[in-house]
Amino acid sequence: MTAKPNRSGAGAFFAGLLRHQIMIPLAAMLLLTIFHLIVDRSFFSISLMHNVNGDPVLTGSIISVIDSGSELAILAIGMTLVTAASGGQDISVGAGIAISGSVILRVLCGTNPSPEHMQAPIIVAFLIGCLAAAACGAFNGALVAFFRLQPMVATLILFTAGRSIAAWVNNNRLPVVNDIEFKYFGGYIPGIPIPTPFLIAIVCFIVTWAMLKFTNIGLYAQAVGINEKTSRLNGLNPAVIKLTAYVILGLCVGVCGLIKTSRVGSINYSVIAKDIEMDAILAVALGGNALSGGKFSMSASVLGAYVIQYLTTTLYSLNVRPAAISAYKAVVVILLVVCSAPAVREKFSRLMKKARAGKPSGSAA
Amino acid sequence: MTAVKKIRGFLRNMSDTNLLTSITVFVFIVMYLIAIFGLGEGFTKPQTLFNIMNANAALIILSCGLTLVMISGGIDISVGGVTALVSMCCAVHLDYQGGNVLTALLIALGIGLAFGLVQGYLIAYLEIQPFIVTLAGMFFARGLTTIVHTDPFNVQNEGFLKLKDIRINVPGLGSYNRHGAYIDAYVEIGVIVALVIVALMFVMLKWTRTGRSFYAVGGNRQSALMLGINVRRTTFLAHLTCGLLAGIGGFVYFMHVGSGSPSHASGEEMNAIASSIIGGTMLTGGVGNVFGTLFGVLALSLIKTIVSSIGLDQAWWKDITVAAMLCIFLIVQSVIVAVRKRIGVSASKQKTG
Amino acid sequence: MGEKTVLELRGISKAFPGVKALQNVDFTLHTGEIHALMGENGAGKSTLIKVLTGVYERDEGQIYLHGDHSKSVQIHSPQDAQQAGISTVYQEISLCPNLSVAENIYLGRSEGRLISWRSMNKKAAKLLESLGIAVSPSQQLAGCSIAVQQMVAIARAVDMECSVLILDEPTSSLDEHEVAKLFRLMRDLRERGVGIIFVTHFLDQVYEVCDRITVLRDGRLVGSYDAEALPRVELVSKMLGKELDDMADIKSEIPASADDKTVPVYEAENLCSAEGIAPFRFYIRRGEVNGFTGLLGSGRSESVRAIFGADKVTSGTVRVNGKPVRIHRPIDAMRAGIGYLPEDRKRDGIIGDLSVRDNIILALQVKRGFFRPFSRAQKIRFAEKYIKLLDVKTASVNTPIKSLSGGNQQKVILGRWLLTEPQYLILDEPTRGIDIGTKIDIQKLVLKLASEGMSVTFISSETDEMLRTCSRLLVMRDRRLVGELTGDQLTQQSIMKTIAGGDGA
Repeated sequence: MTAKPNRSGAGAFFAGLLRHQIMIPLAAMLLLTIFHLIVDRSFFSISLMHNVNGDPVLTGSIISVIDSGSELAILAIGMTLVTAASGGQDISVGAGIAISGSVILRVLCGTNPSPEHMQAPIIVAFLIGCLAAAACGAFNGALVAFFRLQPMVATLILFTAGRSIAAWVNNNRLPVVNDIEFKYFGGYIPGIPIPTPFLIAIVCFIVTWAMLKFTNIGLYAQAVGINEKTSRLNGLNPAVIKLTAYVILGLCVGVCGLIKTSRVGSINYSVIAKDIEMDAILAVALGGNALSGGKFSMSASVLGAYVIQYLTTTLYSLNVRPAAISAYKAVVVILLVVCSAPAVREKFSRLMKKARAGKPSGSAA
Repeated sequence: MTAVKKIRGFLRNMSDTNLLTSITVFVFIVMYLIAIFGLGEGFTKPQTLFNIMNANAALIILSCGLTLVMISGGIDISVGGVTALVSMCCAVHLDYQGGNVLTALLIALGIGLAFGLVQGYLIAYLEIQPFIVTLAGMFFARGLTTIVHTDPFNVQNEGFLKLKDIRINVPGLGSYNRHGAYIDAYVEIGVIVALVIVALMFVMLKWTRTGRSFYAVGGNRQSALMLGINVRRTTFLAHLTCGLLAGIGGFVYFMHVGSGSPSHASGEEMNAIASSIIGGTMLTGGVGNVFGTLFGVLALSLIKTIVSSIGLDQAWWKDITVAAMLCIFLIVQSVIVAVRKRIGVSASKQKTG
Repeated sequence: MGEKTVLELRGISKAFPGVKALQNVDFTLHTGEIHALMGENGAGKSTLIKVLTGVYERDEGQIYLHGDHSKSVQIHSPQDAQQAGISTVYQEISLCPNLSVAENIYLGRSEGRLISWRSMNKKAAKLLESLGIAVSPSQQLAGCSIAVQQMVAIARAVDMECSVLILDEPTSSLDEHEVAKLFRLMRDLRERGVGIIFVTHFLDQVYEVCDRITVLRDGRLVGSYDAEALPRVELVSKMLGKELDDMADIKSEIPASADDKTVPVYEAENLCSAEGIAPFRFYIRRGEVNGFTGLLGSGRSESVRAIFGADKVTSGTVRVNGKPVRIHRPIDAMRAGIGYLPEDRKRDGIIGDLSVRDNIILALQVKRGFFRPFSRAQKIRFAEKYIKLLDVKTASVNTPIKSLSGGNQQKVILGRWLLTEPQYLILDEPTRGIDIGTKIDIQKLVLKLASEGMSVTFISSETDEMLRTCSRLLVMRDRRLVGELTGDQLTQQSIMKTIAGGDGA
């Protein structure tokens, strides 16, 4: 369909791939996989089982990675755009999920915290939840775009207030939805053995792909993120583009709100999606995208999100306490970032040169 | 008319730092006056203010560190995690290893320094983004806290309890209780530590070469380099100091609560950032001072106190008010800076014209 | 003048990945001389200066100070350079805008660990007064005009007891008076025995103050000459490395004359923007090349920015091809068929990290709309067409534009606007800071476009460049339009007269 660069052999192709930023999450994934191959191969076993409802479901560690990594991957989409366009990150996504989840439950349950039947169709609740999340995104976006606040500071506001707002929406009660259909979104649809969150994530990927393909959001976001003044002189409206990026992230947050509340059928305002903003930012960074904005690779971010979940699940499989996982994650992240830091790479290549100069008869690469 | 002109000229010649700090102090005073006249009684007692300070001594110290880092153009979100880690380590050391207060203090300082050293090195010399490094630092500290000990517990060590209960009376500011007995106003040790640190930091930032280089680096890294400032060393120092202050702040926090828990100081990094911002520090770097930060912390907790004392005592109101206040301050700051820039530009146009 | 050498560079080499920026360059600076460092862009001037000031580390070569050949000086950082008595004023102001004027003067070089604000402000006030800079030392630098900021930078450099002073294009943001002031200062310092290295693109300035000239080309030394013994033409040809037939070519071409009867392509009455220019009237006809001239800061850039809607337009009626239109944002102007190449390439022109391809198609893509992206193949086709047409030197269409040289970046931006097929193109300083070869290419291109029917407004600081291309010149002074020159009024002399004003003629 498009003109491919002339392939002067597989070597050049792989050299190009190696330089591509998707190599960073891929390498991390490879390392984890090798680790499992050596230590515990059962990690990769997948089996077909039946859940309590008698429906066939796939189980296994890998399935659990793609299942619980879905929210992160969906968030990574929006976070990548926000990072590219505004050169900063939204730290209020966790709070946003709490708000949208709370709104969804409020619509589903009405005034009764634990109704027999849902008070509204799920789709309506979902749409209203998305609307609430998009409004939060628009609030953040407006602060960033029109008041020129730094994204991290602007979103600090909702980060502080979001969970309280979520509690306020339901008057601090804990609504419970008992309807089986609502649980489909965070579990399994009868007859389909693949976890629904993953399916939702795939739908989101397709929508994103289409958005990048059939609109100019990608080009515009990068242009605005790199040089706002130039973008304006070329007819773009940077404020509107930033705002759009934040609203898109808001929609992603809305989708995550549905999945998260559906998983448990209820909500815990202070715990739901806790620290997910950090994971989402890490996903963007792990995808090799500059956190200061500009060029991005969406697929690398999404892969980054799954790698982070992969790491989390790996740590679980090693019987690490859930609360302690963050410490190990931090070490891995620092190692990754240090290895990919330009300063370190430069030093390393200089060392390699010296080593090669030291023994000229050395290895022929 | 000339008076108006004078004021405008004065405002124009004021540096961003001084202007934003003045606004914060002004707002704090106005808020306190409103509280006194609107809510009466309690707020006229100096002890109310001292209680706010007692409860926030640690936050003041943490915010000072953050202010420093933010002035130099960086960010540190690991301070809350370090605080929790310090509390937990000291608690375990005192109660399970039979340590004494002095070694506990050394442990606190050691942890702070270690975080400062590593994070500072990664940020300054390997040029990794501060947000990522300190994010990992926060994760690491939080995770390590639960590895050290899982459950929250109160410290029983006698020496420590003695230290914790020391009250320093403030002469002349006491008040009479319902039965007419005079009660001295008091502060905890932590407040003294915090005030000393504020004073030291203020002097350092204002009158030392190193202090001014933080501003220079935050104002424009490239220029600072060209002007002959060791940018890397300055960045490193900022993060090192912030780490050390997080250690001290952690210990002060520990002295106040007297327990170790993995959930201690959760969200404290965001409180510290918010306080710094309300105190007139700009995240873009180069603007701010610790005096403003002190008032930022006080203003933030004062509004919380006011909110709960006017009857909005559901848990969510505090967060929502804090967020609203942060929002207003941020918008005011951004508008002021934009207006001043425009004035500056038009002034320069007239001159060159 | 003493013939003692104060600074001697021997065999300096510096390579960047893929480029040999400096190859075996020698340079000698005597005490008490003003020494011009000349060369096209990419000749290695700025690299040499950055090696000298410790921003870059040299790969090879020695630096000797004060004729002391026994040991080569090591300069690893700007501090080292300062301690060695080398102080520098950079083209882009490298001061801290958040600090006060006095702090910017004394930052990083005060004695002791503590700062006494009072004595610092007093010292600064004295220094500023002695240099005739009217600014309060305690004012925040951000509140000062660009020219004052540049003078503060110079004051800083001068105040450092330096034996070598490097001025890297300090005059680009100064007006005539300030330049004169600077030159007086430079002569003063020369009397005191300071060796001054002066980098500039303005030939006039070189011959006004410099004693000797060193020319670099492609990272190599061409030679050092006495200014008096080197005629202008020869200097230019040494910089270019070829004889100047091309220049003569252009001169002989007659500026395209426009048809007076037709409806103007663009016409504005009473146009005014928020940037403090007086309302002005302006029109341009099909195939015409006109230009705004005036001193820097006279409002010429602001005028064209108002035409393009780049600044906030406050009043005025605009007609394009006789039909009234509203131009309030750049996109309005683009839809009306106007293109604008901004003055500051780095800040307003390029999108550094994006590829040459994306930089070329950007404006057309925006014009076409958010929901109608070009296919990849189409983008490449467009980009390749203009890379070829304008002879852009780039490794591929995917190369990030920031890795191109200044002249090539300018061509890419030009290509971006040509791709939108504008009927009216505004070029604000398209030739600033780029090499002479590209300058001539661009001038030729302007004339060619006009002959094909495009209207062009051309702004340049170099009057001879404007005389070569424009058939009508609008003269600006103090942010208002003060005159219009056509036909045989188009001479250096009459332009100068109109700019200077005064006699009302």
